[in-house]
Amino acid sequence: MSQYKDPLRVLIFMGLILSSFTVFARGVYQTDQDFLTEVFNNSVPKSKVVWMKADLASTVAELLGHKYAGLRIRYWRNEQRSAWILEEIGKEKPITFGIVVAEGKIENIKVLAFRESRGGEIRHPAFTQQFKLVQLDDMQLDRNIDGVSGATLSVRAMTVVARLALYLDKFTG
Amino acid sequence: MAILKKTVVAMSVMVAVSSVQAATPSNEEMWVLLQQVQQQLTDVQQQNNQLLVENQSLKTKVEQTEKTVLEANETVEALAETTEQAVKAVSTSANNTTIGGYGELHYNNLEDEDGDKTKKVDFHRFVLFFAHEFNDRLRLFSELELEHSIAGESQNGEIELEQAYIEYDISSQYRVKGGLFLTPVGIINETHEPATFYGTERNNVEKHIIPATWWEAGAMFSGEIAQGFSYDVAISSGLDVSKEGTKSTYKIRDGRQKVSQALADDLAYTGRLKWTGLPGIELAATVQYQEDITQSQDPTAGSATLFETHAVIQRGDFGLRALYAIWDLDGEGPKADGYDEQTGWYVEPSYRINEYFGVFTRYSEWDNQAGNAVDSEYDQFDLGVNWWPHEDVVVKLDYQNQDKPANGESDGFNVGLGYQF
Repeated sequence: MSQYKDPLRVLIFMGLILSSFTVFARGVYQTDQDFLTEVFNNSVPKSKVVWMKADLASTVAELLGHKYAGLRIRYWRNEQRSAWILEEIGKEKPITFGIVVAEGKIENIKVLAFRESRGGEIRHPAFTQQFKLVQLDDMQLDRNIDGVSGATLSVRAMTVVARLALYLDKFTG
Repeated sequence: MAILKKTVVAMSVMVAVSSVQAATPSNEEMWVLLQQVQQQLTDVQQQNNQLLVENQSLKTKVEQTEKTVLEANETVEALAETTEQAVKAVSTSANNTTIGGYGELHYNNLEDEDGDKTKKVDFHRFVLFFAHEFNDRLRLFSELELEHSIAGESQNGEIELEQAYIEYDISSQYRVKGGLFLTPVGIINETHEPATFYGTERNNVEKHIIPATWWEAGAMFSGEIAQGFSYDVAISSGLDVSKEGTKSTYKIRDGRQKVSQALADDLAYTGRLKWTGLPGIELAATVQYQEDITQSQDPTAGSATLFETHAVIQRGDFGLRALYAIWDLDGEGPKADGYDEQTGWYVEPSYRINEYFGVFTRYSEWDNQAGNAVDSEYDQFDLGVNWWPHEDVVVKLDYQNQDKPANGESDGFNVGLGYQF
């Protein structure tokens, strides 16, 4: 075990090196407006709203696993796609997601803002690309989403908003 | 002749004129007719005027209605916006302080090769989390645990403060926490809610070798180097495995001071690298160095180093957990009875049958006296099932078979009920 005899110096050195090019997990990665501008190539359509009336509210609650806190959900749609900006709590804090749906399938899903202490790995493209072209099958996503160890609740949040966006795209389409 | 012709013609014209005059209304009649037509025209004109007025009135009403609808829409929009903002404000305010928790009830039914049976039911852990966000960059997290239902003198249980730290985002690049926090090592030390792992009881390798659940007081610096590649470095209080009081060995697990008037003569330095670059995969390694693992209480002991590495893989329905950990203790004291090396490993494949059920098996070996030739190794085989009626609630049933160096073999089954929120 002689290789571990002086780990303090190793740790300090490692900390200094790593901290010099750290990218931290919490924060706003993209504003809502920048997301919409990107999705619609600078021609953002006028927003519409879908009200949480009784039947819809019940279905949305089923999809989320809890009641939706707002009165309506705002969305943007042109001929090709719809865009949704949805918030869902992971463990304690709301995570803001931007979701693009085209022809009933997820075209893109992004974490716009992450406020939890753990689970920020879900924002990485290596994780989000699993959602590409996913669609609803009997209110469930039609393919398995591999999780992130120690970030179960953040993964769950992304999965439920993906389901909600797919459902609402069909409901309002 | 010419005169006669003119006369005949003249007479014919007169006859014709007189006959015409007999079929045409008189001037008076014509006047009456004209007056009637004039009246009708006047009536029509009046009707037109009236219609115009009515049309104008309707147009005004339509415009007023449109305006009212528009105003109503704007009012509804403003009302909805205000309500949502109010709900959000209340929610955000309320969410500044959050409560969570988990708990697990265990039933153990075990029998050793001498026929001695152990049947116990125990509410092993009742845990409450309290967190508070002072602002966007500064927050508190705490975990309070009641073990074995009842705490107090001569009782089986205890109340433990397992986490209580302040975390601060120094900038978008750096994060630091100070206080009492879980040591960044192993698989279950930081994430141990019952719904997140297989088996009623936590695995013995992490329990006896790491030793989970393990917390210390100090400061920790964390960050992420690149996508899915993170690190933690910590300076904290350390273990005390000196042979004093109720402690009779240099067993690592017995050295947990639990930050309860803990001796802090000698510190511990911990570093972890973790890679989660692919969905469903975690690879990590931790090194910890302790200046003196007896807090300078035992002159025959000295520094100690822990090395731990593990993999967590969940691809589709298949899962695999594997962990290896080894402690190296300096000094003649630990070496005398083989405590200078304490090591263990396990491998745990699992399969998620559907949303509600998953099965697993685990093989583990651990030895707290691996430094000598005496057989002191434990090994255990586990096989079981988890049932999640809800993703945050789990019922567990498993069989275990353990080989002990002294008391031979024991086996039996465990049943667990767990929850988290």
